Amino acid sequence: MSALVIDKLSVNYGAVRAVRDVSLEVKPGEIVGLIGPNGAGKSSTLHAVMGVVPAAGGEVRLGDRRLLGRRSEEVARAGIALVPEGRRIFAELTVDENLRLGLAGRRSRRDTAGVLARIYELFPVVKEFRARQAGALSGGQQQQLAIARGLVAEPDVLLLDEPSLGLAPRVVDAVFEALAAIRDRGLAVLLVEQRAQRTVALADRSHVLANGELRLTLGPGDADDTDRLVAAYFG
Amino acid sequence: MTVDWQTIADATAQGAIYALMAVGIGLVFGVLRLVNFAYGQLIMAGAFALAMASRWGWPVWGGILLCFAVVIALSMLMDRLLFRPLRTQSPAVMLVATFAVAFLLQSIALLWFGPLGRVAASLAYLNRPFTISGVEIRKIAVVAIAVAAVCLVALVVLLERTTVGLQMRAAALDFRTARLLGVRANRVIAVAVLLSGVLAAIVAIMLTVQTPLVTSDFALRDTIVVLAGVVLGGLNRLVPATLGGFAIGFASGFLGGALPTEKSQYLPTFLFAAVILVLLVRPAGLFTRGRGAVERV
Repeated sequence: MSALVIDKLSVNYGAVRAVRDVSLEVKPGEIVGLIGPNGAGKSSTLHAVMGVVPAAGGEVRLGDRRLLGRRSEEVARAGIALVPEGRRIFAELTVDENLRLGLAGRRSRRDTAGVLARIYELFPVVKEFRARQAGALSGGQQQQLAIARGLVAEPDVLLLDEPSLGLAPRVVDAVFEALAAIRDRGLAVLLVEQRAQRTVALADRSHVLANGELRLTLGPGDADDTDRLVAAYFG
Repeated sequence: MTVDWQTIADATAQGAIYALMAVGIGLVFGVLRLVNFAYGQLIMAGAFALAMASRWGWPVWGGILLCFAVVIALSMLMDRLLFRPLRTQSPAVMLVATFAVAFLLQSIALLWFGPLGRVAASLAYLNRPFTISGVEIRKIAVVAIAVAAVCLVALVVLLERTTVGLQMRAAALDFRTARLLGVRANRVIAVAVLLSGVLAAIVAIMLTVQTPLVTSDFALRDTIVVLAGVVLGGLNRLVPATLGGFAIGFASGFLGGALPTEKSQYLPTFLFAAVILVLLVRPAGLFTRGRGAVERV
């Protein structure tokens, strides 16, 4: 397992500087939160890591491998899985087919059955509805499938882009519990969220991003300190 | 009115060949969102390969091998030189590029083989009929239907049962997400282009049986009709596109056979007017279930 290091990363869209000199690190067995208002540059940070958008500067490393400038599929195959915003499930394919697509990012071809078994243990619903069309699942089930699809690649790092978006509070509980279990398995988890309080409570540390810059780093103890959260968002 | 089985057999065969062309066009469209207007020229190149092989006195199987080799090589070349570098450009750019390739290949064929073309007659014996309970049916009709059926079944197995098939289906639905999962874009596209080329070679072989005279505009009209059929069925999905190709092939084969010769010159006019009408009523395609227009990536 390797750590993800983002070092002075910048992303520009034309003249707009969406991400400015953002540096952070996620070690194995850690959840790091990245919170902030809409348009703060959270998704752009993840997209730059995955090679979806070009970076204007900085470096991203997984262990000692440099990732910037690589294609999305190469980043995925290097050991980073993204659970994209809006889940991006293939609605017309079955749950099982969605899951098997995740295997494309695996670095080893061995013991596929073992990998799937561990995923089913974490997300029983994925096993139960294996043969069903993925589009027929509920929003929460689709989110679990999206995370499961990322995990079958056996990545070192899991990036999640607003996994709680559009989910009922009870379902959000289930998703966050799953993230804690994933951390316990030794993965490095970078969690981008709008639900600041819950993220701060779950994560080992959370960075507040506003206008493309890191403003503040919070620990789990700060989750109830509403003043600090509000100040970080609007300050 | 008596049923004219011979016309129905010929029309079904025409539909089968057009269905294969529709699949060839649809496979590439699925992963590239690109209508390859040069598809007909791939078939033309294959037909010339057959003609030249027979001129050089090669055995039939040698000609068929050469046809596959030429068409597949040209397809892969198109992928490397055109599709890959232009993949991220707008659909209009790619479309114009395939137009240019189409006319380039056609001009080269005209330069090399002249306006009179060449004759590919090594399989002409398949035009001879055989008789089942009093009905005369051309052998090529049976061969075309059987070959198309085998190809389509093989393709379904490949798409449904193999990893690269699953990746191709996913790429056709949402290429960006597929790549984020580690699906190699170049590999998926290369496989789609390769399969599309294999189908073009098969179509070339069968079309030369019906039209042994190979000129630089060989298969051009067929390609335009198939494109109309593909759009008619629904460009966005492989099954509706294939059905569209079959339907327009069957319709044009049937009407062409049923109409008296002096009326059949109106066939293309009628066919394309019907296409326009259907598109006005069902822009998403005849065989799609109420989906929106073509989705762009």
